[in-house]
Amino acid sequence: MDKSVAIELKNITKTFGSVCANKNVCLTARRGEILAILGENGSGKTTLMNMISGIYFPDSGSIFVNGEEVVIRSPKDAFDLKIGMIHQHFKLVDLFTATENIILGLKEEKGFNIKRSAARITEITDLYGFELEPNKKIYDMSVSEKQTVEIVKVLYRGADILILDEPTAVLTPQETEKLFNVLRRMRDDGKAIIIITHKLNEVMEISDRVAVLRKGEYIATLDTDKTTENELTEMMVGKKVNLNITRTEPKNSEVRLEVNNLDCMNRDGIKLLDNVSFDVKSGEILGVAGIAGSGQRELLEAIAGLQRFQSGDVLYHNPNTGDVESLRDKTPIQIRELGVRLSFVPEDRLGMGLIGNMDIVDNMMLRSYRKGKTMFLQRKEPKDLAEHIINDLQVVTPSSATPVRRLSGGNIQKVLVGREIASSPTVLMAAYPVRGLDVNSSYTIYNLLNKQKEKGVAVIFVGEDLDVLIELCDRILVIANGRIAGIVDGRTAVKEEIGMLMTKNGRGEENE
Amino acid sequence: MSKTQKHPREPLIHITKRTNLSVKSGIIVRAVAVLAALVVCAIVTKVLTGDNPFSIFATVFHGAFGKGRALVTVHDVAILLCISLAVTPAFKMRFWNIGAEGQVLMGCLATAVCMFTLGGKISDALLVLIMVICAVLTGVVWGVIPALFKAYWNTNETLFTLMMNYVAIQLIEFFLKVADKSGSNVVGPDLLSHGWLPDLFGVKYILNIAVVALITLAIYIYLRYSKHGYEISVVGESENTARYIGVNVKKVIIRTMALSGAICGIAGLLLVGGSSHSIDANLADGRGFTAIMVSWLAKFNPLYMILTSFMLVFLARGADEVTSKFGLNSDFADILTGIILFFIIGCEFFIQYQIHFNFHREKSPKEKER
Repeated sequence: MDKSVAIELKNITKTFGSVCANKNVCLTARRGEILAILGENGSGKTTLMNMISGIYFPDSGSIFVNGEEVVIRSPKDAFDLKIGMIHQHFKLVDLFTATENIILGLKEEKGFNIKRSAARITEITDLYGFELEPNKKIYDMSVSEKQTVEIVKVLYRGADILILDEPTAVLTPQETEKLFNVLRRMRDDGKAIIIITHKLNEVMEISDRVAVLRKGEYIATLDTDKTTENELTEMMVGKKVNLNITRTEPKNSEVRLEVNNLDCMNRDGIKLLDNVSFDVKSGEILGVAGIAGSGQRELLEAIAGLQRFQSGDVLYHNPNTGDVESLRDKTPIQIRELGVRLSFVPEDRLGMGLIGNMDIVDNMMLRSYRKGKTMFLQRKEPKDLAEHIINDLQVVTPSSATPVRRLSGGNIQKVLVGREIASSPTVLMAAYPVRGLDVNSSYTIYNLLNKQKEKGVAVIFVGEDLDVLIELCDRILVIANGRIAGIVDGRTAVKEEIGMLMTKNGRGEENE
Repeated sequence: MSKTQKHPREPLIHITKRTNLSVKSGIIVRAVAVLAALVVCAIVTKVLTGDNPFSIFATVFHGAFGKGRALVTVHDVAILLCISLAVTPAFKMRFWNIGAEGQVLMGCLATAVCMFTLGGKISDALLVLIMVICAVLTGVVWGVIPALFKAYWNTNETLFTLMMNYVAIQLIEFFLKVADKSGSNVVGPDLLSHGWLPDLFGVKYILNIAVVALITLAIYIYLRYSKHGYEISVVGESENTARYIGVNVKKVIIRTMALSGAICGIAGLLLVGGSSHSIDANLADGRGFTAIMVSWLAKFNPLYMILTSFMLVFLARGADEVTSKFGLNSDFADILTGIILFFIIGCEFFIQYQIHFNFHREKSPKEKER
C-alpha cells in the first residue's frame, strides 16, 4: 500500500484577536491511513482543518500537498487540491434530492445529466459500501443519510483527502459502526482521511495514528496501537484525569414526578410524544437515551410547562406537603407558584437557557427578576449569586459583568447549571448538559448532577453518549420516535441493547 | 495544477472582528470619520458649485445656531428625540415599528380635533387635560393594533405599521376637509385658537423641551432599571428564553407598543398644542422615520439619542440655510447630509472590525531561506 504523504502542515499559526487558536502546529497525513485529531473543545482542531479547507487563512506557516507548497485561499482552492471537508453542520438543500445536492455548484463539461450523475453516485456508493438512494429528497432522510450525502458530495468532486469534523456526534452506535466501515474501505482505497473527534474510544477503534492538540498547541502524533486511552487523555488535558464516575445507591427513593399517557402533537398533527408514561424518583438519576429529535425536547418542555400536550398528565408529588399536583396546562410561572421546585437546563443554552448578550448577573436575574414589590430590578442578589457561582464552579471569566457569549462552552454551561441548581430544586432536568464540553467540564457537570442526586433531587438527564449514560444513571429510559422503547437498569444495561431500543420503530406500523 | 503557484502570496487584506475597543479610540475613529466627511463635502462643493466650502460650513452653523434660531433648533431636537424615544422600547424588543409617523399624526389629529370642537366651550385648563388624554389614547390605539396582530397571529409588524401611516394621513386629510370648508390643506391657528400649551417662564417651546427631557430620563430608567425594561430586553434577545422563564410574550409586545404609541401621541400633542397650533398632513415631516435612524445610531441608548438627534437636526437645518443663502438646489443640501451620514454610519465598520494589511510580511519565511 502506498503510504506517501498526502498533506503536511508546518508551523501553522492562527490567532483571532488576542486568542491563539493554533500555535506552530505540525501535522502529516498519509494516504491509505486514518489520522485522528484529538483535542478538547477549543483546542483548535476545527480551526486547523478550516485552514486546510480554505475557510481561514493561516497567519504563518506552510501547507504542503503531495510535497508541494500550496496556498489555499478559498474552499475552491481546496477542492482543486482534492481536499474535501465534511462539516459538523450539514449544508444541504432540503427540497433537493441527493443527486441534485451533490452536483449543485459543479460545472459539468458535457452539460448536466441527472441520470449520468446518479449513475456515477451509485458507482461511488457501491465502491465504498454507502447506503444511499440518489433520488431521495433530503427532507426524507435521517441524519446519517444526510451525512452520507455530504461525504459522497466531496468524493464526487474527486477529493482524495477527506476531513470529517466530529462525524459521529449525531449518530447511533449502529450508524457509527457503518460509517467506520465505509471509512476503512476508503482508507484501503488509498485515500487520506482525517477525522476530528474528542471521543477516545472512537480514536482507538478507527484511527491508525492520532495527533493530539491542547489549547491550540500541537502535542504529539502517536501510533494508535502503541498508546492507551489514559495516555491520550493525559496528553489531551495536560494532567491526569479520573475517568470514572462514582454512582451511589439511591437513598430514600420515593416517586417525585409521574408522567401518565402523555400525547403531544405538533401543528401538523404529527405525534411528537405518543403515550409516554414513566416516573422519576427522588435521589435517582433517570437517563433518557434516544436518537436526536425522538421527542426528548418535547418531553422535557411538556414537564416544564413550555409545551402543550393533547392528553395525559404530569403529576408532581410535593415532598413538603405530600400533595399531588397536576402540572397540565400550567405556565412555568404557575408551576412555580404551586411550590414546585423544578429546574431545567435546556439543550439550547444560549437560545433558551441564557441570553448571550447579557452579562452573568443579568442572566442570573432571568429566574429571579420578579422578586420584590417595586417595579424596579434588584441587582444585588443576582450579583451575589453570580459571584458565588463563579467561585464555586470555577467559571473562567474576566468578571461577572462579561456577556456570557464571550465565555467558552464549558463555562457557559457552568453558569446555566449553577443558576438552575441555586434554587435548590426537587426535580432537575438537564438536556445534553455536556454536549460540546471538554473532559474536565463534563466531569464537573456529572459531579454536580451526582451531588443533586445525593441531596434527594429527582434528576432527569438526557444524554447522547451511551457510555456515560450507563455509567451515571440509575435507570435509563430509551425513547424512539416519541414512544418509550424501554426502561433499563443502568447497572446492568449494555450499549448494544440500548442502541437496539433506540432504533426500534414503533411509529411505522401504527401511524401510516 | 493551477493553484500551486511557485511564489505563494497571502491575501493582501484580511479582516477580523475587534474584541475590545477602548472608548477613547472609539471616539477617535468617529472624529476622524466626521473630519473625512467634511473634507469630502468641501471637495464636492468646490467641484460642483465653485463656492467656497468654508463659507458653506459657516452657513450650516449659522443655520442651526444663528440669531433666534438656536431655540427653534433645540425644539426640533426635542420633538425628534421624543419620537425616537417612542420607537426605542419597541426596537429593543426587536419589534420594527416604522409606524411612528402615523402614531404621531394620530396624536396631532386627536389634539386638533379637541381644540377644534371643544375650544371656547370649556375652560382652557380642562381642554388641555382632555387633549393630553385623547392624544395619548389615540397614539396607544394606533400602536397597539399592529401589536395585537403580531402577538396573536404573528403578522409582519413592519408592513403593518407602515400601512397604518397612510391610514393616519388620510384621516387627517378628512379632518382638514371637514374643519376648513375653504379647501385649504392646512387648518391654522385661527381655527385652533384654544388649548395652546402655556409658555413656561414666558419663553416659547420651553414646556415642550422640558417634557421631552423628562421623558428621556424616564425612558432611560425604564429600560435600564425596571422589570418591564428587563422583560423587553429578554423578549428582544430571544423569545424562547422569555418563554422558558415564563414571560408572557404577548403581553410584553402589547404593553411595549402601547408605551411606544403613547409617547408618539405626546409628540403629536406637543407639535400641535405646543408649537405649530395648526395641522396638516405633513406635520410629522418624516420624523417618524428619521427617529429610526436616531435610535439605531445611538444603539438604543436614550442618553446618546440626545446627541444623535441633535446631529441630524443640525445637519438638516444647516442644509436648509445653505440652499437658500447660496441659491442652490435643495438637492445639494441633501447630498451634503448624505455624505456626512455615510461617513458616520460607515465608520461603525471600523469600530466593529479591524483590517490587517500584509505589507510587512512580503518576505515569506520560505523566501528568507533562499
